Amino acid sequence: MTNLTDLTVAEIRDGFRAGDFSAREVAEGFNANVAAAKALNAFIVETPEKALAAADAADKAKAAGETLGALAGVPIGMKDLFCTQGVQTTAASHMLEGFVPTYESTVSDKLWAAGAGMLGKLNLDQFAMGSSNETSYFGNVISPWKRGGGDNAALAPGGSSGGSSSAISARLCPAATGTDTGGSIRQPAAFTGISGIKPTYGRCSRWGIVAFASSLDQAGPMARTVRDNALLLEVMSGFDPKDSTSLDLAVPQWEAGLSSNLKGKTVGIPKEYRPDGLNAEIAALWDQGIAWLKDAGADVVEVSLPHTKYALPTYYIIAPAEASSNLARYDGVRYGQRDLPDGAGLQDMYAATRAAGFGPEVKRRIMIGTYVLSAGFYDAYYTQAQKVRALIARDFERAFEQCDLLLTPTAPSAAFTLGEKQADPLAMYLNDVFTVPASLAGLPAMSVPGGLDSQGLPLGLQIIGKALDEQTVLNAGLAIEERAGFVARPDKWW
Amino acid sequence: MSIDLQTVKKIASLSRISVTDAEAQAMVPELNNILGWVEQLGEVDVTGIEPMTAVIPNTQRLREDAVTDGNVRDKVLANAPQAEHGFFAVPKVIE
Repeated sequence: MTNLTDLTVAEIRDGFRAGDFSAREVAEGFNANVAAAKALNAFIVETPEKALAAADAADKAKAAGETLGALAGVPIGMKDLFCTQGVQTTAASHMLEGFVPTYESTVSDKLWAAGAGMLGKLNLDQFAMGSSNETSYFGNVISPWKRGGGDNAALAPGGSSGGSSSAISARLCPAATGTDTGGSIRQPAAFTGISGIKPTYGRCSRWGIVAFASSLDQAGPMARTVRDNALLLEVMSGFDPKDSTSLDLAVPQWEAGLSSNLKGKTVGIPKEYRPDGLNAEIAALWDQGIAWLKDAGADVVEVSLPHTKYALPTYYIIAPAEASSNLARYDGVRYGQRDLPDGAGLQDMYAATRAAGFGPEVKRRIMIGTYVLSAGFYDAYYTQAQKVRALIARDFERAFEQCDLLLTPTAPSAAFTLGEKQADPLAMYLNDVFTVPASLAGLPAMSVPGGLDSQGLPLGLQIIGKALDEQTVLNAGLAIEERAGFVARPDKWW
Repeated sequence: MSIDLQTVKKIASLSRISVTDAEAQAMVPELNNILGWVEQLGEVDVTGIEPMTAVIPNTQRLREDAVTDGNVRDKVLANAPQAEHGFFAVPKVIE
């Protein structure tokens, strides 16, 4: 019999409907995998009872001949940045340890309404700030992948959605939610050999997602196939009056629209993404990706995005500035931790609470953000960054006059070892060099696995599309997926 | 421009984060490295460019000026570190 935990979301959905297995069997299979994978530290809270309850509801609905939701019978993991009613939501911080929301985020609510069940809350970088999942208060997430040749070093699953990527590649869940501010869906997907898409800014409601940088934050799905990403994104997207930047647009039928025939499409290859010293294996995979898209019928042109080198410094002004404002809410008064030293007044309580509740990277970003927004420096840093951001977005607009989508590597390297970049915050920031520009421009972007490097680690290719054109992004992803034939999976050691 | 220990302490104070002298000292090179790196943005010619405020064009909606929420005091207070008599409680503010 098929191992149910090896199935994709679409296979679970279809097999459940066909009566090949019950939803309960599926949920029990994934619950068992979750329970046996403590070594990966992918979950902060496990909720096997929630997965079973949703499965039983799906089985009952099916037996009664009721209409089934799009995700009936499918258990998923939920990044612990989404508020879940009655289940602790921490953003992987000490600050929110013990916080139990009295409401549900819009995106998670849509997923449950479609019949999905929750396996648990997935670990992440603290407040989604990090690229390696080493800033969580609840400990590092470990990638299930190992380098070949007996190298036993623990590898980063990427970040900030590292619990999601680790859990999916280890078959602890068939899919999970992620959020992406500067690459937090795409880079972890690339590091673990799975797929993930950040949709156009405004497609998914931000309501109920713990805020990091509001002009950049977007939710999106992570899963093992492009089809799964398409069908999950359909459920997660849609207008929400509770988010002032939510787009009031109909949600396209991305799954039904999937086609790997790219005839008539032109792929742009941004020359600035091939800097001197680009890792040779990454460059070779990129060339292979270009060949795959040509084989799918696309034309290929070189394009220029001249302000690419300024994207990261722009991001590291704007994101910390927004974070310093958003995280001002953690004051020890309304929710979360409070640290009240003996005899302390209100101001002392704020400072003590925030000193104890935030980790070092979060403090660093709050302080940078506070500095660039402070009197005398606002124009030189923040306003300048907002202007450069406009230029970066204009670069993409001009490139899209010549092409329909862009193909780039997702990350400049394969997964690195835990600790390797911890000492130098700047080295860690540079890992987001290929993902940040699309975030600044609010564009849909996806990572799909392309192959393994010489050490046996997955490498990803990134597709960036025009605003609102998730369909072309998904279609190009499908064309690569079909040609790459990526079936590698980590050997179980956990 | 580089920032010194006093500036780090001032930023920490503005951020309402208490830091020890040793922590502030350690942050001086860290913040200088990051700020020195972002300063390269100064070389970009932005003549005539408006600062970007909305990444995807979107109109701000207006809704009816009507009460759509409320009567959830206990929910609002449910996660408060200290709630008394239906209020958030804080240390004494006025002497």
